[in-house]
Amino acid sequence: MLKTVADPDQAASVTASLVEARDLGIKRDGRWLIKGVNLAIRRSEIVTLIGPNGGGKSTTAKALLGLIRADAGSVSRMPGLKVGYVPQRFAIDWTLPLNVTRLMTLTTSHGADEVQEALERVGAGSLAHSEIHTLSGGEFQRVLLARAIVSRPDLLVLDEPVQGVDFSGEIALYELIGEIRDELRCGILLISHDLHIVMAGTDTVVCLNGHVCCSGTPRDVAATDEYRRLFGHRGASALAIYHHEHDHAHDHCGNVVSLDGHADSASVSSENRDA
Amino acid sequence: MLDDFFVRALVAGIGVAIVAGPLGCFVVWRKMAYFGATLSHSALLGVAFGLLIGIDPMLGVAIQCLLIVPALVLLERLSPLSTDSQLGILAHGTLALSLVIFGFMTWIRVDLTGYLFGDILAVSAREIAYIYTGGAVVLGVLAWIWRPLLAATVNAEIAAAEGLRPERSKVIFMFLVAATIAIGMKVAGVLLILSFLIIPPATARAYAATPEHMAIGAIIVGVLATVLGLNASNLWDTPSGPSIVVAALVLFIVSLLPFKRFFVSKRTPSREVL
Repeated sequence: MLKTVADPDQAASVTASLVEARDLGIKRDGRWLIKGVNLAIRRSEIVTLIGPNGGGKSTTAKALLGLIRADAGSVSRMPGLKVGYVPQRFAIDWTLPLNVTRLMTLTTSHGADEVQEALERVGAGSLAHSEIHTLSGGEFQRVLLARAIVSRPDLLVLDEPVQGVDFSGEIALYELIGEIRDELRCGILLISHDLHIVMAGTDTVVCLNGHVCCSGTPRDVAATDEYRRLFGHRGASALAIYHHEHDHAHDHCGNVVSLDGHADSASVSSENRDA
Repeated sequence: MLDDFFVRALVAGIGVAIVAGPLGCFVVWRKMAYFGATLSHSALLGVAFGLLIGIDPMLGVAIQCLLIVPALVLLERLSPLSTDSQLGILAHGTLALSLVIFGFMTWIRVDLTGYLFGDILAVSAREIAYIYTGGAVVLGVLAWIWRPLLAATVNAEIAAAEGLRPERSKVIFMFLVAATIAIGMKVAGVLLILSFLIIPPATARAYAATPEHMAIGAIIVGVLATVLGLNASNLWDTPSGPSIVVAALVLFIVSLLPFKRFFVSKRTPSREVL
């Protein structure tokens, strides 16, 4: 239905949200975990949930996915919405023999080509025949991401996708997530602790602490008082740090190589230092 | 062919092994061994009620198993006790209750040993028909829910988020385990039937690369244990059901021996470091 519209940007603005929460509240043992949350994710949009531990990030994501029922307000999903989900860290019991290829077809059937393509997309092409239990934390996260994108979902939900990935791998993984968004034109809901990376690669940031403290573009959010109160100095400098660290890159031997076409971000970072 | 009691025992045992293998894999993967023990212990209550109201004990077990699953699901929601303790209460509570009911029924001489440990040599052609028709239904339903059940076993949230309804397949699976216990009771009894569900999958694990391989491997191990056990019991005049279980145990121990690595090594390719 969407594919018939010529201009993707126009389609995104005209069509309704993939998933939308209105005044969402979740209650556990008489306590509101989250309350009054309004949130929408549209096609080709990366929405990132940030906030302190226990602020309700995962709870909100699960409610949007329909894994937990709303105690107040409502969640509406586009009919026939295809979801790819990478949950927070979990273990697969050793008694279950599972190789990467078999994990890739866990919820939907795919040919060997599609599976290999998705694995290569996340840089895990050589892992197709590995046993799940032999993977490192970072490899497992990549495979889970490949599994979530192999069925070309409309909505990708990633709960702390960089767990077990080292810092340079983290940046690469966030860049990869941006590329996946461009290729699949899917909406992405991201949950992360890594403020400085998140703040650079995201369209909309929603800061959750039981309720929506603030939301908007990363720069708007970083400028709010609530954000500064929650994250302090670390949060205030998050944008600047990211852009500073990205005025160069490293090749495979660790040598510094220059990055072209980043004049924009350099000016952004200086603006932030001034602010 | 079914005239010979030994052939009947063989056919019945193989039938139960074929059904129990794939189902048992999920019992092992989902860590539901104690749940299986509870279902099988409580099956004796079904026998007791069956005898009390004068219906076929196997039918009594089937009805009992249909009732115990909702009871367990209900108890899980009502009681804050850990599942483990709830299962323990139900398993031994129902076992004791059924023994008490047997004690009241002074008008019937109950072959308790047969119910507890099975009486595979006394299997009738009708019971074989039950095993194979019931078993076909169980395996058919299992094949139908295979993908959602497996996805739910790996991660229930992924399964739910991607629209596979893990809770529904879990409840259906519980009924399938109950049905398997009902049809396997004659072969191994309420105290040993669980070994048909647990030992063959545990043995097959060492050689399996995918869940499906493990399910087929569990069938092969179960059938092998039945053939070996029954022949051994014929040879040395040992009790038949327990002999099958001992044969399965021997196969399991063999699977733990280090020489299995010769088989396994070739499917673990070397990986490039990312």
